[in-house]
Amino acid sequence: MSIANLTSRRFLLVAGLLLLLLVFLATFPLYTSRSDVLVLTIILMYIILTVSWAMFSGSTGYMSLAPAAFFGVGVYTAALLFSEKWALLPLPAVIVIAGIASFVLALLVGLVTLRLKGIYFAIFTFGLVVLIRQLLVFWELQIVGKRGQHVIAVSGDTVYYVMLGILVVTLLTVYLIRRSRLGLAMQSIGGNEEAAAHMGVNTTMVKVLTFGISAIFMGAAGAIMATRWIYVDPVIAFNVFYSFMPVLMAVFGGMGQLYGPVIGAAIFAYTERALRLQSPYYYMLAFGIILILVILYLPGGLVSLVPKLQNKLAGLISKFWKGGKAEQHANT
Amino acid sequence: MNPTIVWIVISGLMNGGIYALIAMGLSLQYGVARVINLSHGEFIMFAAFLTWTLYTGFGINPLLSAAISGPLLFGLGFLIHRTIFTSLRNRSPSPAAFEGNSLLVAFGLYFVIQNVALLIWGGQPRAYYYLFHGVELFGVTFVVNNLIALVISVGLGAAFFVFVARSRLGRAIRAAAQDPVTAGLMGVNINFVLPLCFGLGALMAGVAGLLASMCYPISISMGMNYTVIALIVVALGGLGSIPGSFIGGFILGLVGSVVAHWQPALSMVAYYAIFMFLLLVRPAGILGKA
Repeated sequence: MSIANLTSRRFLLVAGLLLLLLVFLATFPLYTSRSDVLVLTIILMYIILTVSWAMFSGSTGYMSLAPAAFFGVGVYTAALLFSEKWALLPLPAVIVIAGIASFVLALLVGLVTLRLKGIYFAIFTFGLVVLIRQLLVFWELQIVGKRGQHVIAVSGDTVYYVMLGILVVTLLTVYLIRRSRLGLAMQSIGGNEEAAAHMGVNTTMVKVLTFGISAIFMGAAGAIMATRWIYVDPVIAFNVFYSFMPVLMAVFGGMGQLYGPVIGAAIFAYTERALRLQSPYYYMLAFGIILILVILYLPGGLVSLVPKLQNKLAGLISKFWKGGKAEQHANT
Repeated sequence: MNPTIVWIVISGLMNGGIYALIAMGLSLQYGVARVINLSHGEFIMFAAFLTWTLYTGFGINPLLSAAISGPLLFGLGFLIHRTIFTSLRNRSPSPAAFEGNSLLVAFGLYFVIQNVALLIWGGQPRAYYYLFHGVELFGVTFVVNNLIALVISVGLGAAFFVFVARSRLGRAIRAAAQDPVTAGLMGVNINFVLPLCFGLGALMAGVAGLLASMCYPISISMGMNYTVIALIVVALGGLGSIPGSFIGGFILGLVGSVVAHWQPALSMVAYYAIFMFLLLVRPAGILGKA
């Protein structure tokens, strides 16, 4: 059997599995309760945030601590354009506009900070969430005179399907970027930025552009989440928690592969729903300890275990195989 | 003198004193130990609550309780660096990789410290009154504990500056800041000096937390704001420059009090405006080398 044949067979296998998974996800609301759909919606949201965070920060090495800012911009775009006062636009348009708004914000932040050393970028993005929240609180209290906004409610199933749609688009985009010249340029920046610049990579352009692209999906996810929350205020929308979780989840899952952040986010988001209500402090404490241990002892994340396990398994199988053969020899 | 101006300047210096302390601490941790310590504010919060417990629970004078919380915070910082960050440093292939990983570990510490504090003290904000009476200065009434906080932070900052500039250990710290590997070759015990710097950073955070608890109400979530401010001041003063952080802290405190006089909700916005302006005009900071 030729190698091309083998890879194409493997490709078909993966594609088939993914298709099955997608069918399962698409039909999920038909045979489960509404609360299960909500849990899965939140898991999907975390996957979107984590995958888009890892796309930029994982490959370029620039630590962005701003996912909550882009997520919150999405939430507030929905709050302004899809409110009970004036429902100006249909939902899909609102989501697209939320994505664009986050994209523009990311471009502005990127243009100011990404020309400089990575540390400035981390510092700036770390406080960006607090900054926008303060500005919005000021605006609502001093100028509008009313705290918080009401968003038109949308059915849980709609929220779920829109979230699933955003996730599929996110994964496809990230997959394509990883395989494109842009993806290679990002990886070379992560490897050695100076060398990348000497090779002719326009490093600032690549960084700013991909930072912007990663923000689009966070904004879109925020916009649809707002319709689920119904009431939003700056403290709900710009919660630093949404900045920290994607980092934890991506590091836990491993950023070397596309599916690493997906797995990390799925596991963490699920356990969060299950455990956070019962004992939140112990849960978050364990979170911190796990993060430290993973960075110290498993720098590649959970997915770095896969090849190791594969090797072990292959070794075990070949041992049995050889053992069996040896036995046959002995019999003849 | 115009009382409004006196009020703005002195209250700015009071805030600035605390900012200068936390920024000097972070400057040590980042400038020398190369740890972008996102959990810096959590050390401040922890010390603030510790002081509160010692005062309200055991009746220990907040100023004297520094004799307990200071060594405790220093030991904690020293141990954390000696165990976690030293082993991380040995495992990291390059200084840049260490910086990235140390940021993530600090992030984990943020969760650990905050939730340990929540388990001990619960979620409600606290406050106590100590030396809470007015004193007149240039025709304006100030609270005594605020003025004491200012004096202590200036004194401690100056003492620390002399220590780094003059003492033998200070010279080792400066050498390690320039190049840890070469400093190690010159006989500086890097595995002692780097944890020492991290511990001293935690100590400064501890004193700042003590002073903050004396002057303001405290809450478990207070750390984050201090971390953001410390990061901005460190960038303002120049990464790794200790006098820069000291001066930068006071500058930020003054700007904050001017803005707060006019519109209290916008002080963080003003800090950011300064930070952005600086990034565009002089990214190396006021005293940093480009």
